[in-house]
Amino acid sequence: MRFSPLVRMSGLAVAALSVATTAFAESNKNGPTDGDIGFQRSVTPVMDSITGFNNYWLVPIMIGIVVIVTVLMVYIMIRFRAKANPEPSKVTHNTMLEVVWTLVPVIILMALAVPSMKLLYFADVVPEAGLVIKATGNTWNWEYSYPDYEDKVDSYISSIVDIPHDEKRVNGEALTHDQIIAKLGADLGGRPYLLATDAPLVVPVDTIVKVLVTSNNNIHAFAVPQFGIKIDAVPGRINETWFKVKAGEEATYYGQCSEICGVNHAFMPIEVQVVSKAEFKRWIANGGSFTTQYSQNTIGGTQTATAQ
Amino acid sequence: MSNSHDHKPGFFARWFFSTNHKDIGTLYLIFGILSGLIGGYLSFMMRLELMEPGFQVFDNPHTFNMYVSMHGLLMIFFLVMPALIGGFGNWFVPLMIGAPDMAFPRLNNLSFWLLPTALICLLISMFIPGNPSGDGFAGSWVMYPPLSTSGHSGPAFDFVIIGLLAAGFSSIFGAINFITTIFNMRAPGMTMHKMPLFAWSVLVTAWLLLLALPVLAAALFMLFFDRNAGTGFFDAAKGGDPEMFQHLFWFFGHPEVYIMVLPAFGIISHIISTFSRKPIFGYLGMAYAMVSIGVVGFIVWAHHMYTVGMDVDLKAYFLAATLIIAVPTGIKIFSWLATMWGGSLSFSIPMQWALAFIFLFVVGGVTGVALANAGYDAAVHDTYFVVAHFHYVLSMGAVFGIFAGFTYWFGKMSGYLYNKYLAAAHFWFFFIGVNLVFFPQHFLGMQGMPRRYVDYPAEFAFYNKISTLGAMVTLVGVLFFLLWLAEAFIVKRKAADNYWGEGANTLEWTLPSPPPFHQFNTLPRIK
Ligand code: HEM
Ligand SMILES: [Cu+2]
Ligand SMILES: [Cu+2]
Repeated sequence: MRFSPLVRMSGLAVAALSVATTAFAESNKNGPTDGDIGFQRSVTPVMDSITGFNNYWLVPIMIGIVVIVTVLMVYIMIRFRAKANPEPSKVTHNTMLEVVWTLVPVIILMALAVPSMKLLYFADVVPEAGLVIKATGNTWNWEYSYPDYEDKVDSYISSIVDIPHDEKRVNGEALTHDQIIAKLGADLGGRPYLLATDAPLVVPVDTIVKVLVTSNNNIHAFAVPQFGIKIDAVPGRINETWFKVKAGEEATYYGQCSEICGVNHAFMPIEVQVVSKAEFKRWIANGGSFTTQYSQNTIGGTQTATAQ
Repeated sequence: MSNSHDHKPGFFARWFFSTNHKDIGTLYLIFGILSGLIGGYLSFMMRLELMEPGFQVFDNPHTFNMYVSMHGLLMIFFLVMPALIGGFGNWFVPLMIGAPDMAFPRLNNLSFWLLPTALICLLISMFIPGNPSGDGFAGSWVMYPPLSTSGHSGPAFDFVIIGLLAAGFSSIFGAINFITTIFNMRAPGMTMHKMPLFAWSVLVTAWLLLLALPVLAAALFMLFFDRNAGTGFFDAAKGGDPEMFQHLFWFFGHPEVYIMVLPAFGIISHIISTFSRKPIFGYLGMAYAMVSIGVVGFIVWAHHMYTVGMDVDLKAYFLAATLIIAVPTGIKIFSWLATMWGGSLSFSIPMQWALAFIFLFVVGGVTGVALANAGYDAAVHDTYFVVAHFHYVLSMGAVFGIFAGFTYWFGKMSGYLYNKYLAAAHFWFFFIGVNLVFFPQHFLGMQGMPRRYVDYPAEFAFYNKISTLGAMVTLVGVLFFLLWLAEAFIVKRKAADNYWGEGANTLEWTLPSPPPFHQFNTLPRIK
C-alpha cells in the first residue's frame, strides 16, 4: 500500500513496534511497494508458510527480545545511576540466574526449530510436478526452456527492457527513471522499469511447476519474492526448486538476479507471466510465441535477444 | 625504574623497525583509521549512488560493484581486524596480563608491515583492468568463482589475492604471537581464570585466526592457480566444483565474523564493569561463552549457502547448529546487564558506546536468528535484510566496540584527555546516523531488494533515500571524531594514571599515562 511521506516517516520511527498492524496488511498489489516494510504479497503455498513463520514466530520473538533487553537496560540505567545508587553491590554470581538465562533461550530456540524445520522440508522437497521448466543464467539474461514440450517450444532468451547504459547520462546529467521510461515507451508498456523483460516465463496457474536452474558462466540466482523461491544458478550443476501459484492469481510477477554475476547483475530481472491452464495450452500449441508487444532490446551491446 | 631503560630509539628506528608492542599497537590503530576512511569513502559514494533510482554517481555498474567489493574487504581486513586485534590487542594484552612485551617482538613488526603492503596491493588493484567491463575487482568480498576466475580475466584480482594473502599471513603471525604471549607471559599469580576478559577474547580470536585463515589462504591459492596455472579446482568444465570454493570460503568466513566481534566483547566487558564500579558478573561464564562461540563458530558455515542447492538434511543440520550460537551470545548480553544491575553507573563516553553496542548487537543478533532458518532464508538471502543484519553486528557492533575501546583507552595510550562534548557529538551523530542507514534496509530486504545493485526499481526509493540521509548524518559523526582527535593532541590536557577512578582496576591503570616505553621490569604479582 502507499503511504503519504509523513506517515511513512513516522512509520519508520515506530516500525519496530507497529509491524503487526502496518507491515503485513493485505494488499492486492504485485511486486515491491514503496514504503512497505514487510514481505511482498504471497501467491504460493511456500510463501504463505514463510510469511506465516515470519508473522507468528520470528517477528514476535525478535521484537520481544529487543524490547525486553531495551526496557531492562533503560530501567537499569535509571535505577542504578550513580546518583540513585552511590554504593555498588558486590554480587558477581547467581548460579540460578545463570542457569535460567541459558535454559530459557534454549527452550525458545527449540520451539522455533520445530516450525522452522517444517517450513524447510515443505519448501525444499519438490513434490510431483505438473510442469517442468528450465532457467539458465547467462551474462546477463535468463534463458527459459520447456523440457516437457521440447518439440513445440524452443528455448528463448528473456532480457531486460532497457536502454544502453551509455545513454543513461546526457551531457553529464543522469536520466531519471521517468525519462528512461518515456524513452522506452511501448516496449515497457506500463510495466515496472528494471523488472520488465522482453519475453517473460509463461506458466499455468494452480499447477506445481518444478524449476531446473543452471548457468552457462558465472553464478546467478533465480528468485521470485512472491513465490518464496531463491536458488543459485551454478555452472555444471542443475539445482531445482518449485512453486505453485494459487488459483485465481493469474498475473505477472517479478524477481531479480540474486547472486552477483558481473557488470549487469542488476539488469537481468525475472518476469513470470502466470496464465490460466487453457491459455497456457494455447500458448504451447502456438509454439510459445509472444506478440510484438514484447520488443527485442539490447543492453550494453552484450546480447541479441530473440523472442520466439 | 631506571631511566636508561626508557630511552626511545630515533624516529625512523622507532616507527619503522618497531618491536615495541605499544608502538606497533599505535601503528595498527593509525593504519586502521586510514583504511577506515578509505573504506568509508567508498561506502559513501555507494550511498550517494543509491540515494535515488537511476545512475547518479557511477556510469559503469562494474565500478559500483568494485566499490562494493573493496568496501567490504577494506573494512574487514584493514579496519576492524587491525584496530581490534592489532591495535588494542597489542597495546593491552601485554599490559593486562603483566607482561613486558609480546613474546615475539620482531614477528610482531613483520605482522604489522605486511598490512600496508597488502593494502597497497588492494589499492593498486582498483586502477588496473579487472575484466572487459572495467578496472578493479568487482566480484564482492566473497570472491566466488567463476566470477573471480574466468569472470575477471584482468590482473586486478591477482593483486587482490596477493594482498589478502599478505594480510592473512600478517594475522596468522599475529595469532601465533598472541597465543604464545598469553600462555607463557602472564605475571606470577595471574592464572587463566584470573585473566582479564579482553585477554580471553583475544586468545579465542587468535585461535580462530590460526585455524580459519589457512583455509582462506588455501582457497586463495587455488583461485590463483585456477586463474594463472590452468588448474580447475573450481571449474566445472574441468571436473572441479565452484561450490567447493564457497565451502572453503565460509569455513573461514563464519569464524571471521566472530574474529571481528569477540575482541569487541572483551572491550565492552571492561567498560561495563568500570562504569558500573562492579566486577563483571559471571566472569567464568563470560570467558567460556566466548570459547564456545569460537568452537561452535566452526560448524555452522553453510548457513551462508542455503541457496546453493545443498541437500535438505544438510540444511537442517546447519539450521540447528546455527540456532545454538544464539545461546552463548545471549549469555553475554544478560551478563552485561547483570553486571550493571546493582552497580553505580556513570555514563561517560565509552559507556555510551558500550550501551549502544549492547542494543545494536541485540538487534543484529535477532535478525541473525531469523536468517538461521534455512526455509525462511530463501526469502531474504542476498537481499538488503542480510546487509542490515551484518551491519548491525559489524559496522555497529564491532565498530562501536572499536570506538568504545578508543575512547576508554585514548588517555592511557596518548597521555591526553579528549573534549567530552566533541566526543559526545561524535557518538550521537554516529549512533543516529548508522541506525538511519541500516534500519530501513531491513524493510528493503523484506520487500525483496537484492544486494549489490547499482540501480533499483523505483518501488525501493523511499527507504534508500532515508538510508543515504543516514549516511550523511554518520559522516558528520566521523568529522566530529577527527575533530576531537585533533583537539586532544593540540590542547594536550594531561591524563592521570587512572582517570576513570576505582572502577578501572586492570593492570594498565597501575601505570602512568602513557605507560613507559618498557613496563613491568619487575613483574607485578597478582594475589
Ligand atoms: C546470533 C548470532 C548470529 C546468527 C545466528 C547469524 C546468522 C547469520 C546467517 C544465517 C547469515 C547468512 C544470511 C544470508 O546470507 O542469507 C549471516 C550473515 C552474516 N553475518 Fe551473521 N549471525 C549472527 C551473528 C553475527 C555476528 C556477531 C557477526 C559479525 C560480527 C555476523 C556477521 C555476518 C556477516 C558479515 C554476514 C554476511 C556475509 C555476506 O553474505 O557477505 N553475524 N548471519
Ligand atoms: Cu546476478
Ligand atoms: Cu555466519
